[in-house]
Amino acid sequence: MEDNGQIKNNWLSKIFKHSFTFLFIILGFLILLFILVPLFKMVFLSDKEAMWLALLDSETIQAVWLSIYAALIATAIGFVLGVPLAYLFARYEFPGKNIFEGLIDLPIVVPHSAAGIALLFVFGSNFIVGKGFKLFGIQFVDSLAGIIIAMLFVSVPILISSAKESFRKVDVRLEKVARTLGASPWQTFFRISFPLAWRSILAGSLMMWARGMSEFGAVIILTYHPTTAPVLIYERFETFGLAQAIPVAAIMIIISAVVFIGVQTLLRWRKNYD
Amino acid sequence: MISLAGVNLQLHGFALQDINLKIDNGDYFILVGPSASGKTLLLETIAGLHNVTSGKIWIDGRDITSLESEKRNIGMVYQDCALFPHLTVRDNIVFGLVIRGKKPAVINRELKRIVQLLNIGYLLDRRPHNLSGGEKQKVALARALVTNPELLLLDEPLGALDPQTRETVRQEINKLHQELGITILHVTHDFEEAVTLGTRIAVIGEGSIKQAGLPDEIFHHPNSRFVAYFTMAVNVFPGAAERENDNKTFFIVENTRFETEESITGACYAAIRPENILLSNTFPVNNGQGFFTGVITGIINRGSIINIIVDLPPTLVCLLTRNAFEQMNLTVGQQVYLTVPPSSVYLFTD
Repeated sequence: MEDNGQIKNNWLSKIFKHSFTFLFIILGFLILLFILVPLFKMVFLSDKEAMWLALLDSETIQAVWLSIYAALIATAIGFVLGVPLAYLFARYEFPGKNIFEGLIDLPIVVPHSAAGIALLFVFGSNFIVGKGFKLFGIQFVDSLAGIIIAMLFVSVPILISSAKESFRKVDVRLEKVARTLGASPWQTFFRISFPLAWRSILAGSLMMWARGMSEFGAVIILTYHPTTAPVLIYERFETFGLAQAIPVAAIMIIISAVVFIGVQTLLRWRKNYD
Repeated sequence: MISLAGVNLQLHGFALQDINLKIDNGDYFILVGPSASGKTLLLETIAGLHNVTSGKIWIDGRDITSLESEKRNIGMVYQDCALFPHLTVRDNIVFGLVIRGKKPAVINRELKRIVQLLNIGYLLDRRPHNLSGGEKQKVALARALVTNPELLLLDEPLGALDPQTRETVRQEINKLHQELGITILHVTHDFEEAVTLGTRIAVIGEGSIKQAGLPDEIFHHPNSRFVAYFTMAVNVFPGAAERENDNKTFFIVENTRFETEESITGACYAAIRPENILLSNTFPVNNGQGFFTGVITGIINRGSIINIIVDLPPTLVCLLTRNAFEQMNLTVGQQVYLTVPPSSVYLFTD
């Protein structure tokens, strides 16, 4: 009895001693379950036959492929326009910089349906920018261009933030030394700044691509057809119910998971000059 | 010759004010000053990394004030070397030559020359993270020198090194200066380093040049309290100087009269270096100089040297070697005798 009491006391004292870690593990585990269980259940416990059928269904293939390449184009545009802005934020001080930095992140927090309406308000064919593009044969309603700008709008802040932080980590004196050694600002950027920041910029681009690919709210306001995968999931759910929506949703989750693992690997891949 | 005339610059709330400097070709010029005095900013301004608000910068009569950094042909070495971490030592060194579009044969020839000069051939295939502090400095020097710059800027090149490596790199830089005859502008906060290396020195504080001249001039004749403190003449007093009938000048503080060889009279400041005060625990034999009687109020152990605080008044900081201190067997409260040579009492009005 005395021994048992002693053992029990040891256990209690250990739990009490490590109560901080213990409690945090329990809380952390709960949120992990909350995130992972629905995703895993959908991927691993959904009807495999239905998934294969979905994979062979031309409408699904088109929707997934459209999501992939529209997001890719949005990412390419985001890269060309966003990386220079990220560099400016990282290197220069100018009036209103903090406000601009904050505003850039706004698309992340506004409801994406509202973002879609805001875009429609500018790029719609009744408005000046939309009219301007229409002259070149580009329309943003019910078109690939509409999908791309919706994806670009909601996901480019991810790339800009990632690029900005990675440029900030590049010691500015490396750039200064390069200049004194005869490098122009262009040469300094392409030989020093970018090679030292590319890893995080690529990770940010992948995240932007994945986020753009999964965008629903802004896309559906601008473009219902052609149908992207998230819109198809919604359409199938509304029209045929859960069973028809799950396979497409599972495919999108798998693609997102692959991208996410890729990003993590890229970021953890130890740089040989760390 | 490198000349700066009336250079002013405002950057992020910090200002360089009316900088005037002349650095002769072949000089080893030291810019010395405390942290946040504008040393690095001035160096970077000369390198063309910041635009001046007003003023002019010339190299050998050529106005380079508006010239881009990459066209100035000025080499720069930072304290932490700023080697490009994604490049090998070889690629770091030849960076400036490659950027300038030199032919491979020229690149190889110049690389070989600089590598032999600094004896760093064994490092060429390594990455910067695999180098020691001293090796990094040598590579940074090689990278800056391989393009044959007209001026080499060194930003606290010895600051981040351990004492032993610091001495090696100091000798290396000195050797390079003598062998190449290159003009060097070296920035440091260490006055001892400035006196050891510099052929000429400028003391900078709060964004302006406080005093410039030969190391001995600045050491023996600080022109302000700022320079006096910075050059470790720690006994600085406000008082007044008077010339007596016999043409001798005395500086008077708290009723103590220090004879001086300076010619200033009226309200002024005096600085006395601790190492110039002769301290004795026995009544001095009359050597023609006056002496002062004081009481020890503090003893500060600084390792190989000891600071003795003596109250006359005023309170003076004196300096003894550990050996002398141990032989004299001094204690707090003990009466001692101080002799202050007139040549050691520097006067200034700022």
